[in-house]
Amino acid sequence: MKKKFALALGLSVLISVPALTSASPEEDREALINHFKKAFPQVPFEDYVNGVYALDADARQQWQAIEEFAPYEIDVEEGQKLFETPFANGKSYADCFANGGIGIRQNYPYFDTQSGQVKTLELEINECREKNSEKSLPWKKGDIAKISAYMAYTARDKVFDIKIPDDPRALAAYEKGKQFFYAKRGQLNFSCADCHIYSAGKNLRTDLLSPALGQATHFPVYRSTWGELGTMHRRYEGCNEQVRAKPFKAQGEEYRNLEYFHTYMNNGLPVNGPASRK
Amino acid sequence: MQTALKTITAVSAITLLLSSFSFMPAHAQETAKSTLEEGKELAFDRLKGNCLACHHIDDGVSPGNIGPPLLSMQARFPDKAKLRAQVYDATSNNPNSMMPPFGKHGVLTAAEIDKIVDYIYSL
Ligand code: HEC
Ligand code: HEC
Repeated sequence: MKKKFALALGLSVLISVPALTSASPEEDREALINHFKKAFPQVPFEDYVNGVYALDADARQQWQAIEEFAPYEIDVEEGQKLFETPFANGKSYADCFANGGIGIRQNYPYFDTQSGQVKTLELEINECREKNSEKSLPWKKGDIAKISAYMAYTARDKVFDIKIPDDPRALAAYEKGKQFFYAKRGQLNFSCADCHIYSAGKNLRTDLLSPALGQATHFPVYRSTWGELGTMHRRYEGCNEQVRAKPFKAQGEEYRNLEYFHTYMNNGLPVNGPASRK
Repeated sequence: MQTALKTITAVSAITLLLSSFSFMPAHAQETAKSTLEEGKELAFDRLKGNCLACHHIDDGVSPGNIGPPLLSMQARFPDKAKLRAQVYDATSNNPNSMMPPFGKHGVLTAAEIDKIVDYIYSL
């Protein structure tokens, strides 16, 4: 009985996971979408941007009430102020980004063929500061999250369109991010996929686990647990720590590659950042 | 004579054993009970087994539902060693198991696992 159960589980895992090798990013994305279509046939594709609230009607109602007086509203305003305030040299963030930084969140992170690495929005915010002789900001919260939140806000409803340019290093970065997502780690031996693919929609004690699909559309996020905004890499750290794994550095290569894969999986979904979560 | 003596010693050894056994039941029940309670505490403790994260167990509050409910364990595991093996290292049975390899990764000590297994086996 036990053997059978384990076997059945093993098989279902084999079938439902995008194969770890040889599938193209687009095949990976379609496999992920199909997996969740089967798991939650009642959930429309666009609704995945709402995380756990796409799966839990009760929690969704409470959350919608919170979103009406969004706790991040003031952060977006402050972010705009920070964004628009010129640097000491008279230049501003708008000079560093395409379209003056407005409505571009859906293209981040991207693979920069010049430097040969994945660029996240936060990385470029600080690169912009350094280029203009300003001190870089701490990565995980505070001003950088506010600026990022404002930039996301100006891109709301634009559709994620992460590209893998025709450069072997780009595909390699994607593959590394994917490996990270599926690798078991930490003393407790969990992969991201364990919680956010295979167990999405189930309860880990009192926590309902959100599906990987749609997880990257709404960052930075205002978490009531934090009582403030935090960036994606802050969330990655938290999820690494809860399995008793040593977290990686925010904006280090590992998390940037992870974000590249993770966000690519969200292609076709609209930007809805910032958002509030538990 | 020699054999008779041996028999006598053996017999008295047995009587001795038996007589000491006669104290046992009450005593054994006491230790058994506290071991079960310790096992239960370890199983429920978020920083120890935290089995409730994934399993419905007994009267544990707000259990998760990632693993099967833990009940009728003696019927499901006639061989108690297999139950212990599942707790010690679930990945040996199912490499993709979501269940942490509590013994193999040193999340719990051997003694803690024994207590949890005793408790789970009583369900
Ligand atoms: C042991 C379980 C577990 C593991 C492993 C895990 N997470 Fe999580 N994660 C959670 C829980 C619980 C939450 C909060 C509820 C939710 O939104 O899923 C969460 C939330 C998140 C969120 C925020 C979702 C939102 O809507 O804002 C992201 C993003 C995320 N995890 C990514 C990851 C990544 C990437 C990994 C691997 C590095 C990972 N998680 C590993 C349990 C886990
Ligand atoms: C994060 C999830 C998780 C945690 C925590 C967890 N388990 Fe499990 N457990 C599972 C899953 C999933 C299975 C199904 C079989 C497999 O994948 O190994 C399982 C199977 C079992 C089984 C076999 C049940 C059967 O009838 O076949 C036993 C016994 C068990 N777990 C005991 C425990 C004990 C005791 C603890 C705590 C010390 C614990 N589990 C913690 C997820 C978990």
